[in-house]
Amino acid sequence: MVETPMIKVSDVHKSYGKLEVLRGLNLEVKEGETVVILGRSGVGKSVLLRQILGIEIPDSGYIEVGGQRISSMREGKRYEAVKSMGMLFQGSALFDSLTVGENIAFYLRQHNPTMEEPELEERVAEALKMVGLEGVQPKMPSDLSGGMRKRAALARLIVYRPKVVLYDEPTTGLDPITSGQINDLILNTQKELKATNIVVTHDIRSALMVGDRLAFHHDGKIAHIAPKEEFFNSTDPELRKFFENAVVTEELLKKGPSHA
Amino acid sequence: MLTKLVQLFSSIGDYFALIFWVFWAAITRPPKWSLIRDQMYEIGVLSLPVVAITGFSTGMVLAAQAFFQLADKGLASATGLMVTKAMMVEIGPVLTAFMITGRVGAAMTAELGTMRVTEQIDALRSMAVSPLSYLVVPRFISGLVMVPLLTVFSCLMGIIGGYLIAVYYYGMPSTSFLDPLPNNISAFDFFSGLAKSVVFGIIIITISCYMGMKTKGGAAGVGRSTTTSVVICYSIILISNFFLTVALNSSYEYIQNFFNRWF
Repeated sequence: MVETPMIKVSDVHKSYGKLEVLRGLNLEVKEGETVVILGRSGVGKSVLLRQILGIEIPDSGYIEVGGQRISSMREGKRYEAVKSMGMLFQGSALFDSLTVGENIAFYLRQHNPTMEEPELEERVAEALKMVGLEGVQPKMPSDLSGGMRKRAALARLIVYRPKVVLYDEPTTGLDPITSGQINDLILNTQKELKATNIVVTHDIRSALMVGDRLAFHHDGKIAHIAPKEEFFNSTDPELRKFFENAVVTEELLKKGPSHA
Repeated sequence: MLTKLVQLFSSIGDYFALIFWVFWAAITRPPKWSLIRDQMYEIGVLSLPVVAITGFSTGMVLAAQAFFQLADKGLASATGLMVTKAMMVEIGPVLTAFMITGRVGAAMTAELGTMRVTEQIDALRSMAVSPLSYLVVPRFISGLVMVPLLTVFSCLMGIIGGYLIAVYYYGMPSTSFLDPLPNNISAFDFFSGLAKSVVFGIIIITISCYMGMKTKGGAAGVGRSTTTSVVICYSIILISNFFLTVALNSSYEYIQNFFNRWF
């Protein structure tokens, strides 16, 4: 018996003006699995996430999440379907007119208006504790550092326990130690929520830490997808180029500065 | 050239679709009172000082000019009427709309534009909250209520300013400023100003929100769309003011009869 995938992206095309970003992209993600999509900046990895989330509609092809065809739903129904999904944005995207506490309570206030205030506060505190940010509820997002904002954004996701979580470049722009912390938090979140995850990144270290399967996004398509153990055996020339430029520190030290 | 034209028309289409959906959402899914209240405070209460000052000084200028220009022609007694009518049907609505465009509209475009480029609007959608219902509709409802109220306030300030200048600076008798008013100011004048301010309110809020939501290209993009939004608002207010004036004046009798029958 063939298991129906949690997320199914089928032959999706998307272009902006003359720029073709997605050219017949196919991807299937099983329930509870984490797929990491690697690729160079600007190849349309984030665009793919926006299609899955229903923020944008593909020009052709379709997207199904949990068996529901997101891409052909009407606006109102799509919002219903998206309720069980969440996304960690590259720039955190906390609402800067609200405090951190209000940000994290946002989803519950919007969709569970009957929830009592004490329970709400407890869940917010619990989510913040999970990401190691106790007691920042009254602060404004602008008072937090980049890493803290990422963690607060993660707490905003955890609090409503989405079944599908999309991560857009979770470690980009963070120092190596903070990146490591974020990776640990993603792993924790996976354990806690047992959600289906797609992580988009160009950070190979992060990909190896959090992914079950790795995919390489090139030329508007998934050029190569494999379990992470087999992924590096690929002979795809573009992928090899991608690896070569992601050398680890020791090799780099041995080599010395390349322009010398 | 052709693609530019197509883009222009498609933006205009998008804009009218936005107006339609805003009306629809305002009726079918009215937003929480707290959201409307915050916006009413932002649009209405915080605009009071600037609207008061501009209305007041314009009223003073109107009276000074009217008296100065009319007195030697024996028409000084028209000063009060001129100030009041001008404030009610033209200057009140347009001036208030301009001040609100600058103070509120620009801020709205910049705020929504920043939310757009920092993915906060996408974040709303990712949490299954419609940006239209959460961001645009509360602003729209507040604008619909507050712009006419501010216009009335601005007119009152203008008339008071005009009265003070005419009576205390030019030494006009208080009675000759006020006496012509009750017989010559009609319900039509009041309705005319109010109708304009409602239309201007809709124009300001919808254009500002539309331009904000359409912003792209980082901080520079926010600056660009804010400027564009203010310029478009000013132009559309002035152009529509002409058509509104002609339309209202040509339906003078109909409106006047309506008020005579019901009030």
